[in-house]
Amino acid sequence: MSDTSPVVVSSRTLAPAQTRWLQKYKFWIAAAAVLIVLPHIPGLNSSFMHSLLTQMGISAVFALSFSLLLGQTGLLSFGHAVYFGLGGYIAIHFMRLVNGGLPIPIVLVPVAGALGGLVSGVLFGSVTTKKAGTVFSLISLGVGELVYAASFMLSGFFGGEEGITASRTRALPLFGLNFGPQLQVYYVIVFWAFVSAALMYAFTRTPVGRMCNAVRDNPERTEFVGYDPQRVRFVAFAVAGLFAGLAGGLHALNYEIVAADSVSAIRSGGVLIMAYIGGAGYFIGPIIGAITITWLQISLSDYTAAWLLYLGLFFIVILIFAPGGLAGLILMHAPIVRTRALSRVLIAYLAAALPAVVAIIGAAILIEMSYRLSTNPELGTKMRLFGINVDAATPWPWITGVVLLAAGFYVFRLTWPIVAAAWERATEEANAKSMAGAAQ
Amino acid sequence: MKSDSRQCALQLQDVHKSFGKTPIIRGVTLDIYKDERHAIIGPNGAGKSTLFNLVTGRFPLTSGTILLNGRCTTDVPTYEINRRGLSRSFQVTNIFPRMSVYENIRCSVLWSLGYRYTFWRSVDKLRDANELTEKTLEEIKMTARRHTPAGVLTYAEQRALEIGITIASGAEVILLDEPTAGMSRHEANNAVELIRSMSKGRTLVMVEHDMGVVFNLADRISVLVYGEIIATDVPNRIRENKAVQSAYLGTH
Repeated sequence: MSDTSPVVVSSRTLAPAQTRWLQKYKFWIAAAAVLIVLPHIPGLNSSFMHSLLTQMGISAVFALSFSLLLGQTGLLSFGHAVYFGLGGYIAIHFMRLVNGGLPIPIVLVPVAGALGGLVSGVLFGSVTTKKAGTVFSLISLGVGELVYAASFMLSGFFGGEEGITASRTRALPLFGLNFGPQLQVYYVIVFWAFVSAALMYAFTRTPVGRMCNAVRDNPERTEFVGYDPQRVRFVAFAVAGLFAGLAGGLHALNYEIVAADSVSAIRSGGVLIMAYIGGAGYFIGPIIGAITITWLQISLSDYTAAWLLYLGLFFIVILIFAPGGLAGLILMHAPIVRTRALSRVLIAYLAAALPAVVAIIGAAILIEMSYRLSTNPELGTKMRLFGINVDAATPWPWITGVVLLAAGFYVFRLTWPIVAAAWERATEEANAKSMAGAAQ
Repeated sequence: MKSDSRQCALQLQDVHKSFGKTPIIRGVTLDIYKDERHAIIGPNGAGKSTLFNLVTGRFPLTSGTILLNGRCTTDVPTYEINRRGLSRSFQVTNIFPRMSVYENIRCSVLWSLGYRYTFWRSVDKLRDANELTEKTLEEIKMTARRHTPAGVLTYAEQRALEIGITIASGAEVILLDEPTAGMSRHEANNAVELIRSMSKGRTLVMVEHDMGVVFNLADRISVLVYGEIIATDVPNRIRENKAVQSAYLGTH
């Protein structure tokens, strides 16, 4: 995405200005359309799903702001929640003012969060961005711990253990909307998320945004083209703080409470996992990561108490086998989508996925039983796994788990050459096709 | 001498540099005239690259003064020296590997065109920046490779891009650190032509090991041996200089 890929001009050129505009912004227009209809699609039109979609929107803004540092500028922050949380606190205090009668529409709460994030980003960034690399990461960790500790000391502002609460409905109604129903909140938050994503993308296309990539790639050379890398890092940090704060403001608006967990290392780690799993090297990556992780958090935690363990395993697998994240995996297929070879590749994937699922089920049986025995022995050894009643005190479930895991993995291993061969053929076809296209 | 009256682009006055207790540059005094092509030669470890690093502000001087267009550069940060019109290439290729060739060049022209830390305009709409980028791409003959990530270019292409980044901003004083190192004869010849054409109207200082390139390009040559300049003169007289022959050329 760091490239100035020219808009592919169709053979019928001389397109009117509107068509070119449509062509240029087609992804954004499509995204806006999807976001508008999404909460009305059957299966997604429940209050629970609206709440889930809202959380995904908040996480996406937060993860994108994190990626302005990691993906764009090459700064790995271990304390990005500081700016999310401080933005959130400013926003919730602002909401209390609105509750107290300040005649400002409640939908502008995220702006207060953004300002809070920007100010704290400027404040802390002027110190942390003096260094890059590992030292920057460690300082960001220190700042994170500092602010977390302060949140328990300065209870007037942070509200201590309970946090600060406010109401989004106790305000002037806007166009007859009171923002009680989750659907209304969804639209407010998705509006801000969309605007934020567009602005962050635009930022990457400005002179200083381009220089962020230059600083990421080679800070020394940046100096020899006239830029102070420290200053570039500072600008990136301030902008990332602004959007993290805006995400914090969305959080305040959605949950009507901001507590110490919003500045915690857990939240800082969470956004890091989202960015890596989604793929920080691509603009879309953190959005994919935020959606995936939020969904896993909500749905997996319903099924199993060991969901963090699965998340950790997933994170490790992605880091080792797909360093480009999910976005990298998806975009890897772009050249072959246009060829017929895609179906062969998909069949090969299916052949590999079946034994992989068997192995995962085997592993899950073993993990679930171990988890029950070690963390909740008082619940007994009888449990229900994949719809079947099992007793962890008997050997059979254990044997089944081991056999499924071993056999599944063995067959999975056998399918690798099949996938590789299908992939190779597809790539060849794609290359041949692009050569033929270039020759025309 | 006639040359005394010429304007100097770069002046080094009794420059010393030590790393710990080890002296590397031991009193270098050198005038680089405006618009000349000046080569610095010398055996390995003579301190040629260190001299470049001192001039560009990468390392602080131990003592002495460096003047760029008559202005002192002591304690001036590298990016500020660059803004005053001095640019350099590196011995080890030093580009932006994950960005495209086009982006590499465009990033190199932004500051000189006054865009600084602009965050309210799209780079794609900066006409002068994009035109200058196109022009530089043509100069280094890399227009066809514009979309290629710099990290996957061939070695010779990366060296050409390195020179492109160095000259794109229109700097008046250009330092090239071994621009043809590791190139085949054919590639080196192309590089020499590129350097010759782009150094017109500019001051060029280069460190180079290839004597063919040096005697082909340079107006004047300085010989640096163990941190001291033992001779500065036009190529023919350097070739005949007894001290130079025994210290350096004789070993080849």
